[in-house]
Amino acid sequence: MTEALRQFNERRRHVLGEMGDRWRALPRWQRWLTLLAGVAFLYYLPFLGDIPGTNLIIPGLDWFRTDSIDGGANWAGVLFVCALYVLVAIGLNVVIGLAGLLDLGYVGFYAVGAYSVALFGSAESPVVGALQDQFGLSQDWAIAWAICIPIALAFSLVAGVLLGWPTLRLRGDYLAIVTLGFGEIIRIVAKNSGWAGEAQGVPGIPGPEGPPSPDNKVFGLLDIKPWYWLALSVVLLMVLLVRRLEHSRVGRSWLAIREDEDAAAVMGVYPFKFKLWAFAIGAALGGFSGLLFASRSAFIQPETFNVQLSILFVAMVVVGGSGNMAGVAVGAFLLAYLPERFRDFSEYRVLAFGLALVLIMLLRPQGLLPSRRRTRELQDRAKEAPVHVA
Amino acid sequence: MNFDALFGDLAQHTVDGLSKGAIYALVALGYTLVYGVLRLINFAHSEIFMVGTFAILGTWSLLGVADNPPIGMAIVYLLIGLVVGALASGATALTVERVAYRRLRRMNAPPLIFLITAIGLSLVLVEIFALWMAGFFSGRGFTENRLVIGIPPLLKQETVLSVAGADITNVQIIMVVSALAMLYGLDQFINRTRYGRGVRAVAQSPDTAALMGVHQDRVIMLVFVLGGLMAGAAALLWNMRYGITKFDIGFVVGLKAFTAAVLGGIGNLRGALLGGLLLGVIEVYAATLTRSTWEDVAAFVVLVVVLIFRPTGLLGESLGKARA
Repeated sequence: MTEALRQFNERRRHVLGEMGDRWRALPRWQRWLTLLAGVAFLYYLPFLGDIPGTNLIIPGLDWFRTDSIDGGANWAGVLFVCALYVLVAIGLNVVIGLAGLLDLGYVGFYAVGAYSVALFGSAESPVVGALQDQFGLSQDWAIAWAICIPIALAFSLVAGVLLGWPTLRLRGDYLAIVTLGFGEIIRIVAKNSGWAGEAQGVPGIPGPEGPPSPDNKVFGLLDIKPWYWLALSVVLLMVLLVRRLEHSRVGRSWLAIREDEDAAAVMGVYPFKFKLWAFAIGAALGGFSGLLFASRSAFIQPETFNVQLSILFVAMVVVGGSGNMAGVAVGAFLLAYLPERFRDFSEYRVLAFGLALVLIMLLRPQGLLPSRRRTRELQDRAKEAPVHVA
Repeated sequence: MNFDALFGDLAQHTVDGLSKGAIYALVALGYTLVYGVLRLINFAHSEIFMVGTFAILGTWSLLGVADNPPIGMAIVYLLIGLVVGALASGATALTVERVAYRRLRRMNAPPLIFLITAIGLSLVLVEIFALWMAGFFSGRGFTENRLVIGIPPLLKQETVLSVAGADITNVQIIMVVSALAMLYGLDQFINRTRYGRGVRAVAQSPDTAALMGVHQDRVIMLVFVLGGLMAGAAALLWNMRYGITKFDIGFVVGLKAFTAAVLGGIGNLRGALLGGLLLGVIEVYAATLTRSTWEDVAAFVVLVVVLIFRPTGLLGESLGKARA
């Protein structure tokens, strides 16, 4: 049985390898064209099954939509959440997959991003209220959404550095528990502080068109498609940026640190500095997705940002294949999409999620779509396994 | 900050904190044992504790325990509860090791993978209890039950001792004394017996231990069972003290217990006790000072501060660094 499995695995790897070679052998313009078609398909996704502008439908595709089942969620809404989670996964992948730091408190940065736009951008937030009183501004005054973006990025970046500075000298497992604690602290601070709106949260969070109102033409409350396109564009931009980063000096340093910190240090890579960079950049990406989440929901409350969400984030990265951006994107998409599509089983969906985590990790510890380098690392580790006396 | 409330009744708060910490300490022992030997965080340990509370509840309701039985019967029930809880938690711990970890250990997978399988298994256990077992153990058949379930009180909690202005209840005495006794027993077992020597050997160097004829798998199973037994005992104390359980109580207790283990120095048995008791006291103090709002934050802040100045915890990591 295991022999058959192994052979199957070999053959699969061979086929995949050949596909990769053939892909690389294609002329440049053909590869670009394929990528463009893929991106176009992503933008088309909210219409899946329909042909926009006509009444025609493409039969079959409908099945994939979450609103094809009874009580299913809004399809564009689900896609928007998928895009958000992909953004989170890309950010967390920098921390876990590239730099090899176990961060269980990533939701903290997501929360910092969300609260930044809420506290500075919403006319109803306590912080903006204090500013209005201080400077005698009108009751509708708040900081514009576009200005909130750099504010949110800066705050989450600083949060990353503040958390990383004292803790990154700790070994992996300690880091895990300290970051877990950090995520909890952010949530509890938001819940207990008057300036953060306490347990009731903050309403009236603005989007690109200003505060939420029924008059908004594009980024409204009912039609979620524009929000999805916005999130998708951000994701694509970040994919490009992180890809450049991965292949730069910084990215190579991260890989070196992940594989052997001491060896990297001997070669002149200062681990602390690059780990801090990974933490800060990951935090900023998490903050960005938190900001998008808050803008779309127009209302946030502290209980959203709980440990379970943090664990879901880590699971997305590891299940997808940590270290490989395409992998973590697939992982994030699946973990956000599948529970919505199979809502009929909602009673059992956490159970199924748990079982899936266990099975995937046991059968495919490198993740669904791993990076080559990571697979090789795992194979090396297996060879170094301790002596086993049966 | 409500300093009057804290210092006006310091002794009382310390006693409350110590008894709260006793549960953390017992659960922390499980984390510490597994970490000491395998260098991995057994994230599913919190659920091992949760299973214990339900097994004890189920047994008691099967035996038809009424509220506040005569003292002789109460002791019999408590002992039965201890055995059942320890067995149930021990068996769950073994299952966790077999299902989630063994295959990965063979592959020498990185710690992150263990963490995810443990989280997955922990979700599975929680959901199994929420969907079927919680209903079953509370006597309603295999139905979904996500509510808090009450447990019949066996010992009436009453003040038996007053020291320095603190009223100490019988249950609190039992909690602290039994936590100390369990730790003492475990410490002797690890440091004095043949099996304990095996555990220390594997903790020090798995390869060398294997070459010296120590059966690694057996040692690892032993470690999980020991951790499970301690969690079962903690479950009994929990049932006595708080009188409620729920499908998801494991999470918070586990998180605190793990914090306690790290605080005391993970891998260090005495550290787990120290960390547990200390964390309990800190929490009660913080809760009094801030009217409960900042209780959880205090625990984590203390942890971070301790780790910055003593990166291996208060007493250091030591299961492997055997002195005997």
